Amino acid sequence: MLASILTLGGIGLFAAIALGIAAKKFAVEVDPRELAILEVLPGANCGACGLPGCGGYAKAIVAGSMAPNLCPPGGAETIEKIAHIMGVEALSSAPKVAVVCCQGDNIKASLKYQYLGLEDCNAAQKIADGPKNCPGGCIGLGSCVRACPFGAIEITAEGLAVISRVNCTGCEKCIATCPRSVIKMTPLSATTHVLCNSNDKGALVRKYCQVGCIACQICKKVAPESYTIENFLARVVYDSAENAEVAIEKCPTKCIRDFASGYPEGSSFAAVGPGTKPEQAA
Amino acid sequence: MNPKTMDLKTFKGGLHPPDGKEFSADKAIEICPLPEELIIPLAQHIGAPAVACVEVGAKVKKGSLIANARGFVSAPIHASTSGEVIAIEPRPHPMGKALPAIVIRPDGADSWDESLKSANPGDLTAEELKACIQAAGIVGMGGATFPTHVKLSPPADKQIDTLILNGVECEPYLTADHRMMLENTEQILDGIDILRKVLGIERAVIGIEANKPDAIETLRKEAALRNIEVQALEVKYPQGAEKQLIDAITGRQVPSGTLPMEVGVVVQNVGTAAAISAAVRLGRPLVERVVTITGPGIKDPKNLLVRIGTPLQFLVDQCGGLNGEPAKIIMGGPMMGQTQLSLEPPAIRGTSGLLIFRKEDLPRYEAGPCIRCGRCIGACPIHLQPTTIAAYARLDLFDEAAEYHALDCIECGCCTYICPATLPLVQSIRYAKAAIMAKKRTL
Repeated sequence: MLASILTLGGIGLFAAIALGIAAKKFAVEVDPRELAILEVLPGANCGACGLPGCGGYAKAIVAGSMAPNLCPPGGAETIEKIAHIMGVEALSSAPKVAVVCCQGDNIKASLKYQYLGLEDCNAAQKIADGPKNCPGGCIGLGSCVRACPFGAIEITAEGLAVISRVNCTGCEKCIATCPRSVIKMTPLSATTHVLCNSNDKGALVRKYCQVGCIACQICKKVAPESYTIENFLARVVYDSAENAEVAIEKCPTKCIRDFASGYPEGSSFAAVGPGTKPEQAA
Repeated sequence: MNPKTMDLKTFKGGLHPPDGKEFSADKAIEICPLPEELIIPLAQHIGAPAVACVEVGAKVKKGSLIANARGFVSAPIHASTSGEVIAIEPRPHPMGKALPAIVIRPDGADSWDESLKSANPGDLTAEELKACIQAAGIVGMGGATFPTHVKLSPPADKQIDTLILNGVECEPYLTADHRMMLENTEQILDGIDILRKVLGIERAVIGIEANKPDAIETLRKEAALRNIEVQALEVKYPQGAEKQLIDAITGRQVPSGTLPMEVGVVVQNVGTAAAISAAVRLGRPLVERVVTITGPGIKDPKNLLVRIGTPLQFLVDQCGGLNGEPAKIIMGGPMMGQTQLSLEPPAIRGTSGLLIFRKEDLPRYEAGPCIRCGRCIGACPIHLQPTTIAAYARLDLFDEAAEYHALDCIECGCCTYICPATLPLVQSIRYAKAAIMAKKRTL
């Protein structure tokens, strides 16, 4: 009885002393700035900065190997806080959001075949280049939804991906997974976009999609500085997009949309003002 | 002969789908007439696509070279009738996209190119025979279309001792090889003799599933005189898969990631053997093949001798047309065949069958969760864990899928067929395989 108490007590005492010494001797020096930065980072470990997680990024900022403005999910506020901790000047870039440049859901765009396999856009794309006749349109099986760390993407009932302008942080994870590159990064301040991703000629686009860009040049005629047409596809020139809205009404296939007045048909997201995120506006 | 009394060999795993061969097994091979135009794609084989060597407007004869092989693992392509080249442009391909093809308008004479020379295989050396096979554009006729001359060129350190002829035809519905064995027996055996001479070996075994007793009997009678064995095999899918066939006949297992030559075996389809005989004896390149046009969606199923490039719609018309609205068109067999988007693409060298199902022939069930019953593992002829690999594929964890030997999957479809939850297992594994291969290429 006594022997066991002494033995266990002795082991306990020895371990306590050893641990105490080890804690002092082998202590890892953590820069308090690193902990402070980790505190202000969003903590989503999304990888948008180029490192696997927020911890690594915090370390890299303190080490001076990375700039403090590489966290799009954090936005201007986080960049400012990090800059304050590091004692440098904030160099925030204009916030960006991802936009699915397609409105051709399973009703508006025709199907090549009925796809019954694995629910994954990348798997579907391997089968005769995807189930849609359009080579560039959204497949709608939700690979981007699963890739998004912020729950900002939904698939409508008719199979079209739509990205919330409020929840998107601009981390570009969806862009990396989309097999058709139908998602594009755009400035948050610009709300008018051409929602088409087909480089086919107009006559062909008309055959398979009701809402595809047919490169008719009308948008360019009414707002020459706001639109450019390349490879039979119109795009908004975001640097001079002030007059982009005037073309919306003129577009014969209605493939230009102003997100300030509403998301594509079938989306549950509610339109919010001209491009501002509510929490940033507040 | 009663199949039950035969000594039947087989492999471990596999399954027994309904065989559907009754539609066309008794139909003798008929020659398919000439269509209005022949669409001959440049990509018809495994390896680099051929390069066109004729111009639009050129007059060609049946058997004239129209496209050269590009590199060693490739095959030349020949005109399948006489006529005029009217276009070289992308046309619908059985792969589901528009790919470059040479379009020929037949002149109706169907006359062979006079420059083609016949030869006596006895007068040629092994190397000359191999060159002859390569020039004739012979590829594996079982459906995989691997260039035959590549298979016949094992590296010097690999000792080949056995040639196996694949007359199994384990894919349900298909009867093209069966009819070939019954009607072209002499040509097949002659092709085997040529193959033995090229490889410099004596032992040749023809493997045939026991559901073709007439073919076994016919070949046994003739083969015995030439010292060729005929081995009856248990009726089981995928008995005709190369590695499973080697296991059944020789008891040798091809190690993971290697080719049959590793265990001293070369496998060729019986149709390939017949094509080799025609290439050497008659100098005729591979311009036609037997195609089984069958399924409940066809009015009068047939085995047709088809010129390469004949549109599928034309084949259907020769068989009494469609029997109701088609819901699924498959080129090849139902287990491993390629689903078609339409009847526009042409029959190519690998087209062993054209199979048409109606909606009522295809029960569909919603895929459910894996119930961990392990049936896919029992059925897998490679002894993989399909459910595990598929689960990794769904999570995009390709390194883990590779650790479970995803690359050894032969895509036979047994796992998907047997799955009570109707999960798309083989598709998931194919997806993982493609990702693993892409990763390997970038490293």
